[in-house]
Amino acid sequence: MFRRLETAGRVETVTVSVGGKPVTLPRGETAAAALVAAGEAVGRTTPVTGAPRGPYCMMGVCFDCLVMIDGAPNRQACMIEIREGMRIDRQDGARRLGG
Amino acid sequence: MSAQWDLAVIGAGPAGMTAAMTAARLGLKVGLLDEQPRPGGQIYRNPAQPTPEVLEALGEDYAHGMKLIERFRAADIDYRPGATVWDVTADGEIAFLRDGVAGEIRARHVLLATGAIERPVPVPGWTLPGAMTVGAAQILLKTGGYVPDHPAVLVGGGPLLYLVAWQYLKAGAQIGAILETVPRSNLWSALPHAPGMLRQGRLLAKGRRWLRDLRAARVRRIRGVTDVRIEGDGAAEAVSFQARGRRQTIQTPLVLLHEGVIPNTHVSLALGLEHGWNDVQQWWQPRLDEWGRADKTGFSVAGDGAGIWGAEAAEHLGLLAAHGAAMALGGDSLDQTGVAEARTALNAAAGARAFLDRFYRPARSQRVPAADDTIACRCEEVTAGQVRHAARLGALGLTQAKAYTRCGMGPCQGRLCAPTVSALIAETRGLDDADVPAYRPRPPFKPVTLGALAAPAFRAKAG
Ligand code: FES
Repeated sequence: MFRRLETAGRVETVTVSVGGKPVTLPRGETAAAALVAAGEAVGRTTPVTGAPRGPYCMMGVCFDCLVMIDGAPNRQACMIEIREGMRIDRQDGARRLGG
Repeated sequence: MSAQWDLAVIGAGPAGMTAAMTAARLGLKVGLLDEQPRPGGQIYRNPAQPTPEVLEALGEDYAHGMKLIERFRAADIDYRPGATVWDVTADGEIAFLRDGVAGEIRARHVLLATGAIERPVPVPGWTLPGAMTVGAAQILLKTGGYVPDHPAVLVGGGPLLYLVAWQYLKAGAQIGAILETVPRSNLWSALPHAPGMLRQGRLLAKGRRWLRDLRAARVRRIRGVTDVRIEGDGAAEAVSFQARGRRQTIQTPLVLLHEGVIPNTHVSLALGLEHGWNDVQQWWQPRLDEWGRADKTGFSVAGDGAGIWGAEAAEHLGLLAAHGAAMALGGDSLDQTGVAEARTALNAAAGARAFLDRFYRPARSQRVPAADDTIACRCEEVTAGQVRHAARLGALGLTQAKAYTRCGMGPCQGRLCAPTVSALIAETRGLDDADVPAYRPRPPFKPVTLGALAAPAFRAKAG
């Protein structure tokens, strides 16, 4: 859905994996941006009907960007900065927050 | 031991940053908690590594924000980025999480500067991946230089929509179409406020420039659009709509929605501050005195969280709120000139706001789903029909609707669905929007794990 503007300047990058696929993007971006950079529109399926969802607000309001990060579920991808080696995976179904 | 501040500011947008800097100048011991890793708020959302290409696309207002951020960073403020506030008590104790570790601060006065959120746009298909808000797309542009790789379709109205279209144009991205849903009859209620708008020459010139450049680039703008549906199987593939009496469809994997912004009142409502309904902006706002102070002693609100005023006004409101807090704490060394300038600027801004709010007031159909099978609550997948049913069974507000439908019980806690659910209840029960009580969020404001609460820092404080 998105492409990144080319830059002539030098940018420090970080490599993460999105659904097992390596993706390299600038340091300081969020896990939701990593989904976008990987061309992945879907971050999770819903617990109720299994419908696919992806980031909607990008500012921490809607919780539609919940994904698994390094194996932990229910992480709000748009609020989490990427780190080298971070594993971002689709979260399917069940969600229990705050437990 | 938890830290003790004179003034705790929550939120590092233009209002919060200005308030914190002003309060520090007035001699207060100031701290600021912000959820983002870098200051700026959503409006000046600030990339870790800005590139010239992105800065160029964003334009001069953003450059102004970068300067504000520089001054903020140099000021004497206990700034804690990456802090998610999950509880604020009536006596000024603030609990937050940073890097998964719980922390606590005590403040003599608390200033909420939590900004705005985009109004939900509950049209059929709005939950499909590939449908997102215009603001979300702009955040991707600001923080990573992302632009659509297929011609995107922008749907709705309001200054932000045209700004982002213009920024895409400057960045060389293609726009499929702009579908304008704002009723053209709005002009009649806005017109009496036109003089106030006309006096804001710079603002007007900006808007004219966006529209002129869009026209010159032959971006397709379709007016009088109604009955918008996002279509697709598992992801957005097209948007269909009614315009000029016929149904049309545009293929696109990216549909960007925007119907203006509303105050982010999550914390001010949770604190039980008194709120009033703003019928033009169609949402609640805290009732404040001329210094931004709430009815409860020890609390103030500044910036868009106090009612939508925009980024420029937010700085002035922040300055006034810092003075209000300083006075409440017994200070008397005020910056009279600064206060007078802020009041003059706000008066001028109010004139333009009155026009813009009326001119871009969203169509009812973009705010309240007509079809019963449209999703109202994204978290729990509750449809408009289920909310209507709950309202008929007796639900008077979101709090009761929860019991019937689970709407508002998901992780967003009603942040996003409350405007839709309240409007559906009002409609079903034949009430005015103002007569449906505002929702009352409870702590934790964001999901907190028990693991985080068991962390040593929190235990030490609790024990
Ligand atoms: S995209 Fe809405 S919370 Fe992350």
